Amino acid sequence: MKDSLPGGISIMKQLLTGNEAAAEAAIQAGCRYYYGYPITPQNELINYMSIRMPEVGGAFIQAESEIAAISMVHGSAAAGGRAMTSSSSPGISLKQEGISYLAGSELPCVIVNIQRGGPGLGDISASQADYFQAVKGGGHGDYHTIVLAPCSAQEMADLVYDAFDLADKYRNPVLILGDAQIGQLMEPVEFHKKPKKNLPAKSWALTGAEGRKKNVVKSFYPVKGQLEEFNAHLQKKYRTIEEHEARYEAINIHKADVILVAYGTSARICKEVVKKSQQYKFKVGMVRPVTLWPFPKEIIRKVSERVECILTVEMSAGQMVEDVKLAVEGRCPVHFYGRTGGGVPTSLEIIKKIVEIVPDNRAANTLLQLAEVK
Amino acid sequence: MHAIYEKPQTFIDKATHFCPGCGHGIVLRLIAEILDAWGIRGKTIGLAPVGCAVLAYNYLDIDMCEAAHGRPPAVATGIKRVHPDHVVFAYQGDGDLAAIGTAEIIHAANRGENITFIFVNNAVYGMTSGQMAPTTLLRQKTVTTPSGRDPINSGHPIRVCELLAVLDGSSYLERVSLSSPENIRKTKKAIEKGFKTQMEKKGFSLIEILSPCPIYWRMDANEAMRYIDEEMTRTFPLGVVKDWEQKN
Repeated sequence: MKDSLPGGISIMKQLLTGNEAAAEAAIQAGCRYYYGYPITPQNELINYMSIRMPEVGGAFIQAESEIAAISMVHGSAAAGGRAMTSSSSPGISLKQEGISYLAGSELPCVIVNIQRGGPGLGDISASQADYFQAVKGGGHGDYHTIVLAPCSAQEMADLVYDAFDLADKYRNPVLILGDAQIGQLMEPVEFHKKPKKNLPAKSWALTGAEGRKKNVVKSFYPVKGQLEEFNAHLQKKYRTIEEHEARYEAINIHKADVILVAYGTSARICKEVVKKSQQYKFKVGMVRPVTLWPFPKEIIRKVSERVECILTVEMSAGQMVEDVKLAVEGRCPVHFYGRTGGGVPTSLEIIKKIVEIVPDNRAANTLLQLAEVK
Repeated sequence: MHAIYEKPQTFIDKATHFCPGCGHGIVLRLIAEILDAWGIRGKTIGLAPVGCAVLAYNYLDIDMCEAAHGRPPAVATGIKRVHPDHVVFAYQGDGDLAAIGTAEIIHAANRGENITFIFVNNAVYGMTSGQMAPTTLLRQKTVTTPSGRDPINSGHPIRVCELLAVLDGSSYLERVSLSSPENIRKTKKAIEKGFKTQMEKKGFSLIEILSPCPIYWRMDANEAMRYIDEEMTRTFPLGVVKDWEQKN
């Protein structure tokens, strides 16, 4: 069967929400254990899993709580299975206990956070206010989850697929950080079968100790000195991840006067600004972190050496901007524009902010024209 | 000559961290005896909780998983989904199972999980220095009920077996004790029945074991055994509460 129409349009594409794309990609990546709890705006994911998991002979449980769901993931991951849970911000807060235990037990798993507004019950619209929680640890103890930030339904599918491999490769939880827009927007998605990676065997998994020494999956090191040694091992692993796994998308960074840094939904809007600016003299470029941890520090450091300033755009009161500043280390001014509580930055707002932060009126002239083009 | 009594192979030969007179060592040994006798060491996976029982994995020579406080029923569920034909058991104390993990145990029972729960009820938080447990008796003195447990402020002792019995998913619930050799033999039989229940895929089984904690009951070992028989069993009567083999 031909898999494309004239003009190269793929017939393998399906129209899916980001949430459904995440679920289907997980199934195709070999995830057979999914445990979830309903919460808006990630409901399409749990609903999809309830249909698809039985079809592929996998396990689906609607758990009694977010805490139970992540604990079930803990069990299936410890037993050697590919396991996943998903939720949205308030639910992810509840899962932090389990995520800390998973990180401390070095268990691979995938957790999807379709962020909504906070704090507290907040609202159900898109937000990026869980950045700190996602990249700085979230639960107790010195640990990191690998954090991937898709900006479309297609990228959701691609990153969820990669997430399972990264989790197995490093024996570490991987968090997908989306938001209500990324989760609920319907877009064409194609699932790319990927070659099987050469991943380490799970010799540590709990399978029954038949014919071998017992395996114990734990995070408790009560004997003095043991825990410090274990933490040193974890930190060494995190340095390896930082060295090898940082990913980003760079757009027009070479001729740019100003660089925007944004991820997820904010990045989609920033891309519009970048695109519009290309026909004018004053150029806007962009770095879109695809991994939020490890943070793509190197590219941001590089661009900071030759641009006038950097503008970080987020749907938060200013969280990722701290990591941008750490990467820039004062080489150029770092500005911030953000909306909270369900507010989504518009391209006009971003343009106005650029005009405000660029000291001469080169920017003002071209960019205000640009805004009018809209 | 044949041995009439020896250390089970599945019980690792090392000093335990348990306090003098504690019941945990007895229960772990009973589990090891059963795994040896039934030859199922290689297809058994245990869950260790938070509390005195966490180091169970240092004493049992089987695959084991640690769980966060109260979460063994959920973690065990995740393991059982991967290995439906293995024997999966969770070893939990009263704070773990009946306070912080109440939701998890109720829903594991309600789903009729083919998992066996060994519930060690000593009516006190041992690991953390003797605070009130959900199963602390009325008027019992603990570190956090210095004048004795008063139901007006601290509620009543929770009868876990009776609580779970009303759920359609629970299949076998029995309360036993460690207060005498006879009761210890009954405890072993109950654990065997629990394992049998899951091996025959008959659903959720829980064995509640009244166990001494002489250190935090502030009495000697003999008094502790008497306390189980004379005081604890008045709140927690021994016997089968629910049995799938006996149609009620």
